[in-house]
Amino acid sequence: MTAIDPMTQKIRRILKDHGRLSKDADSLGAESDLYEAGMTSHASVNVMLALEGEFNIEFPDHMLKRSVFDSIASIGAAVGELQGG
Amino acid sequence: MTSNSPEFGAHLAALKALAAQVAAPNAADVDAKSRFPRETIDALQKAKLLSAPVPKEFGGPGYGMRELAALCSTLAQACGSSGMVLAMHYIQVACIARHAQSSEFFRGYLRELVEHQYVLASMTSENGTFGETRTSICAVERKDGRFKLDKDATTGSYCQHADGILVTCRRASDAPSSDQVLVLVRKGEYQLTQTTSWDTLGMRGTCSPGFKLESTGAEEQIIPGSFADSSAQTMVPYSHILWASLWWGIAADAVARAAEFVRGGARKNPGVVPPTANRLAEVSTQLQAMRHNWLALAAEFDSFLLAPTGLQDLLSIGWALKMNNLKINASDSAPQIVHKALQITGILGYKNDSKFSLGRHYRDTLSASLMISNDRIASKSASMLLVFKDN
Ligand SMILES: Cc1cc2nc3c(=O)[nH]c(=O)nc-3n(C[C@H](O)[C@H](O)[C@H](O)COP(=O)(O)OP(=O)(O)OC[C@H]3O[C@@H](n4cnc5c(N)ncnc54)[C@H](O)[C@@H]3O)c2cc1C
Repeated sequence: MTAIDPMTQKIRRILKDHGRLSKDADSLGAESDLYEAGMTSHASVNVMLALEGEFNIEFPDHMLKRSVFDSIASIGAAVGELQGG
Repeated sequence: MTSNSPEFGAHLAALKALAAQVAAPNAADVDAKSRFPRETIDALQKAKLLSAPVPKEFGGPGYGMRELAALCSTLAQACGSSGMVLAMHYIQVACIARHAQSSEFFRGYLRELVEHQYVLASMTSENGTFGETRTSICAVERKDGRFKLDKDATTGSYCQHADGILVTCRRASDAPSSDQVLVLVRKGEYQLTQTTSWDTLGMRGTCSPGFKLESTGAEEQIIPGSFADSSAQTMVPYSHILWASLWWGIAADAVARAAEFVRGGARKNPGVVPPTANRLAEVSTQLQAMRHNWLALAAEFDSFLLAPTGLQDLLSIGWALKMNNLKINASDSAPQIVHKALQITGILGYKNDSKFSLGRHYRDTLSASLMISNDRIASKSASMLLVFKDN
């Protein structure tokens, strides 16, 4: 199910392009900690920007914190919430 | 200042007394010889002021940011280097008190720290990463309940005079450079080889040359969790707020000297406002703005701790930007204020042997913009502002 979910695929691609991860984004589990996988806070800003561009959303300031961007699952939940609302 | 702790008044009074009787009279010698302010640290230990951030349950007074900033700013008015040593020590104690309480070893260590008034130093900088505290090259290696940790640090304030050092490093030899932990290395279990000198313009009493550290210890000395969290929730806010408070303290003493100079002139000619008084009025506005910036953020920090989402709020981009802005603003303002005070005192402030001397203040505050480079901080703010909406 998750493997073919287009949103997750887009998130993985953005992480691959901008997350500066030390591992392949495709090999990460949905709940794996992205910061432990090497994403710096500087790289996370580029991930946020790419997500805003890709999904045509704006993260409100209260969502701009580590816990929202620390895994593929939590990013997906945040994007879903903004798209749904 | 107002404090919720009844004993704070007594602690602040003790600090004021030792600042006046010990730190101030030794400040010029500490600066001239680039020596550790030993007598001031001894006096702080005697007054039990080194355990100010330790929570009550471990025997300390559990002071919050406003109280700690009041202590650091007061000491810095007497001796900038001593104020910086106290601030850096408090930052390390706060990292342990706020992030290691789940560990039995560290709960015991906090009690020991209160009893023995340990001095804690810090090694975040490293040859190869320089001012970028959030990456490390060195890694802690664990084996059979013990660890081994070596670090080539570019700058290590009072490391030779400390009872322990908190060292940033990678979590393991295969961890990425940003996956860091904090490790407490203890006197007797490490060896320091000095690699560079500390003959600087200012902050000479912090004694901060480069060192090669070789250390071992028990695995439980590794602070649980990740430095990413303890950095954002503790090391960065404690550093920027306490540093701002002590830089203000140095600037405030410079303005106090200028004010005394102006009053002296006014007394000679009552009825005529001396022209230097206009400059004093101008510089006092900048000094007040600087003070209220750190006071307000110290109060905001303390209020976070009362809120259920407080620790999460400290991880937000909005808060990180506030900390960066405080650091840049305070470190730019401090030498500007001293410069303006010097225009008031004139040649008497320029002399090193007058009671209006401002050379040490000027040189000490010039370190502020370099201590974690303002350019480096500004470039991080610039990137955060690409997503922050201030809404
Ligand atoms: C008084 C004092 C006490 C200290 N005590 C300690 C201590 O106890 N422990 C410890 O670990 N460290 C300590 N430090 C060191 C501190 O943590 C920093 O490592 C150090 O101040 C930065 O040194 P740097 O200028 O060589 O490095 P860098 O930050 O690498 O800067 C070098 C140059 O590059 C520029 N630069 C860097 N990044 C950018 C950017 N993104 N954009 C544009 N320009 C950039 C800077 O402006 C600067 O000109 C202390 C420093 C001082 C001044």
